[in-house]
Amino acid sequence: MTSRLLPIFAFAVVMAVIPFIPGIPPFWIVLLDNIGLASLVAMGLVLLTGVGGLTSFGQAAFCGFGAYTTAVLSTAYGVSPWLTLPLSLLVAGFAAVLLGLLTMRLSGHYLPLGTIAWGISLYYLFGKLEFLGRNDGISGIPPLSIGAWKMLDPGTIYFPIWIAVIIAALLSMNLLDSRTGRAIRALRRGHVAAEAFGVQTARAKLLVFIYAAVLAGLSGWLYAHFQRAANPTPFGPHLGIEYLFIAVVGGAGYVWGGVLGAAVVIILKEALQSYLPALLGGSGQLEAIVFGILLVALLQLAPTGMWPWLTSLLPARESRRRPAPADALPGRAESAPTDGVLLQVEKARKQFGGVVAVNDVSFEVKSREIVALIGPNGAGKSTTFNLITGVLPATAGQVTVRGESVSGAPPQKVVKLGVARTFQHVKLVPDMTVLENVALGAHLRGSSGAIASMLRLDRADEAKLLAEAARQIERVGLGDQMNQLAGSLSLGQQRIVEIARALCVDPMLLLLDEPAAGLRHMEKQQLAALLRQLREGGMSVLLVEHDMGFVMNLADRIVVLDFGTKIAEGTPAQIKTNPDVIKAYLGAAA
Amino acid sequence: MGERPALNTTILLFLLQDGITNGAIYALLGLALVLVFAVTRVILIPQGEFITFGALTYASLSAGQMPGTIKLAVAMGVVAFAFDLFTFRRALQAKRVLRSVAVNIVFPLAIWGIMLALAGKPSSIPVNIALSLLIVAAIGLYLYRIAYQPIAHTSVLVLLIASVGCHLALQGFGLVFFGAEGQRGPAISTDAITIGALRFTGQSIAVYGITIALIVGLWLFFGYTLYGKALRATAVNRLGARLVGIRTTLSGQLAFLLASVIGAISGILIVPITTLYYDTGFLIGLKGFVAAIIGGLVSYPLTAAAAILVGCVEAFSSFYASNYKEVIVFTLILPVLLLRSLAAPEVEEEKD
Repeated sequence: MTSRLLPIFAFAVVMAVIPFIPGIPPFWIVLLDNIGLASLVAMGLVLLTGVGGLTSFGQAAFCGFGAYTTAVLSTAYGVSPWLTLPLSLLVAGFAAVLLGLLTMRLSGHYLPLGTIAWGISLYYLFGKLEFLGRNDGISGIPPLSIGAWKMLDPGTIYFPIWIAVIIAALLSMNLLDSRTGRAIRALRRGHVAAEAFGVQTARAKLLVFIYAAVLAGLSGWLYAHFQRAANPTPFGPHLGIEYLFIAVVGGAGYVWGGVLGAAVVIILKEALQSYLPALLGGSGQLEAIVFGILLVALLQLAPTGMWPWLTSLLPARESRRRPAPADALPGRAESAPTDGVLLQVEKARKQFGGVVAVNDVSFEVKSREIVALIGPNGAGKSTTFNLITGVLPATAGQVTVRGESVSGAPPQKVVKLGVARTFQHVKLVPDMTVLENVALGAHLRGSSGAIASMLRLDRADEAKLLAEAARQIERVGLGDQMNQLAGSLSLGQQRIVEIARALCVDPMLLLLDEPAAGLRHMEKQQLAALLRQLREGGMSVLLVEHDMGFVMNLADRIVVLDFGTKIAEGTPAQIKTNPDVIKAYLGAAA
Repeated sequence: MGERPALNTTILLFLLQDGITNGAIYALLGLALVLVFAVTRVILIPQGEFITFGALTYASLSAGQMPGTIKLAVAMGVVAFAFDLFTFRRALQAKRVLRSVAVNIVFPLAIWGIMLALAGKPSSIPVNIALSLLIVAAIGLYLYRIAYQPIAHTSVLVLLIASVGCHLALQGFGLVFFGAEGQRGPAISTDAITIGALRFTGQSIAVYGITIALIVGLWLFFGYTLYGKALRATAVNRLGARLVGIRTTLSGQLAFLLASVIGAISGILIVPITTLYYDTGFLIGLKGFVAAIIGGLVSYPLTAAAAILVGCVEAFSSFYASNYKEVIVFTLILPVLLLRSLAAPEVEEEKD
């Protein structure tokens, strides 16, 4: 705990002392104020863009919402600035909900383009509305005050600004290091894996979008009381671009990268504005030219920004050891029906245009049973998995889990019923540790929300989740790799990590898509032993696998698909001698 | 503000004509944006600067001045040549180096030479247009080589941020070269015909004609030529395209060459109609974007239709609520995005 807070505490002390250094130029304090204001916006962008993978060029507009809210209320209605703070944040957050609902479901590049469009649109709107003072804006905004003490000069507003920055950094770091944080961090790698473990990805995206907007709104509120005026210029599209630039320069994946980026960019901008015209003569946007070129150069030379480069200079800290033991998470309340049918697939059909990928396939998985789904490449095995887990909607047919129909249900509902899966193409977050990746599997077994996480009220819940994750990692035999980044493991090991993640769901039915691919002989034997042990523990397994030796020794029953159609079903002994199966695998002549 | 006249047929037709003329320009830009995105996955924010550079280079040449853009083209050519040399450093084959010298050094210097030779003589409109197009084409080509080619394999997002950087730098250069005052250029044709209440200037007819010609040209190019098909293949799968022998860097350069020429043509078409400033291109380009987004960044005909719609919405909102013209045009994108998100749920992208 202390080792985590110590650097932040030291930073806070340094920042608190700076204004009292004798002879410090007032201009530097103004610069620091501006850095603090930009840091707040950039920190929101770090979570949104760097961590969550959602790009916004429109953050400046959210600053505008915060600034104009307090400007109007404190000048026209005489409301105290402290009372307008929650309202400013609320207005910015509400604007984010509206814009977010419009654009959050869009993939990839539509979102940044949408943000450019609304950034421009809102900028013009601010400049046209009568009650916002049109292009002249609103002046005469009262300063912040505590009792009779008015924060009129840059040296006093310095404190609220930097207190806000440090609090925001703490809250952001807490958020990232939590159940909700893992869900947000999983967003960048696509939504299928996260949804398979119950993450409501649309809600997680909206959440981080609102968080970023609220931070921008806070910056705008402070800005309005710092400048004591608000006009459209600082909330225009170019500033929106600059905030993103700041986040990229600092290191978009790191909370403190936002602060570092703000410091570097604002100081650089100041230096360029004062020295470039003298150096090159002429006037105008010379710093914009240098900025633009630097941005392009930075993307080519150091795409991850300056913060990771800076921290790599520091001695590496020892990685965290196994999480402290905690109370076990409660197990699944419903027990599997003994000898009952766990999963029933009836005439499931999937067509992609004219191609029938899965053609009226029916089979079932009983409890305490290992069933293998085999067939040549392109037989429709993975598509069947996707139909069962709700990743793809079936064209026709029924899938029921423990008697409950899941046809057309989203993946989040299927996993709630106790069906966990792995993926043929590994879907782990490579820059999260093995432990964090596996803990994502236990997402539905925790309950702490974003606010609790920010305030660290989630620790008891979080300790249970991490302890469970650690237990499952040790169960699959990767205890030594627990704190390594998932991306640094071999592909075979990553598949095993996926199994541990699926086990964290506390599933009744485990769906494994080619779990043995990339494993060595000994590892395959260990995997088989693990799966048998799970079966003895009451779990069922449905697996797709190409290694026939592995399948034949392990499975209780085998279902064979060929060109989307079920051609055989039976015990390994029956399948080995089935003429249709031999024909499908070896051709007609055999 | 005076009393607004009631909307009658004459005004309606006039607004429509205005909207379609502007819409045709947006269509050209939208097409170029779709083209570049489809081939390189770059969202071409600096398209606006191609417009400005084309228009103001043409206007400067017509006014007998030497535009600064040629110096930029020469300088960028030198940098692009340096990038080429760095890439070739392990295998400096004479043929590749000579080709690079020809494209990056000789080509812009030749344009400069012609401009110097013609300086002082009375200029002709076709020569000025040709020179402007060549300069902007060179800038577009080198821009791809310098800014995008080294990061061509990265995500759409990184490319987009790079685009923003290019936009900032080029717009800054625009201010240095052309100053903060607006310019107008001479019309391509001063003839006009009158049909009923409407007067069609030669300029607006040129706008329609060139737009239609370019749309048909692009359609033929992508549908029926080997190069066009190679570009499309690159768009679908870079690695696959390389494996069948398509030079993906060449595809990117070609796309940028086309886009910059289209941008410059648009600029030259509008500069006789409206006064252009160094930063006007950005806004005009973004309106092309609105059209391209409505077209889903993939469909040429849909983009063209959307562009006409954007032009008309702009014309009518400038009549009804001129203060909110930009607000309305850029807000147009939000319902479109909403419809898209409802119609086609997000598909999983395999990242990295």
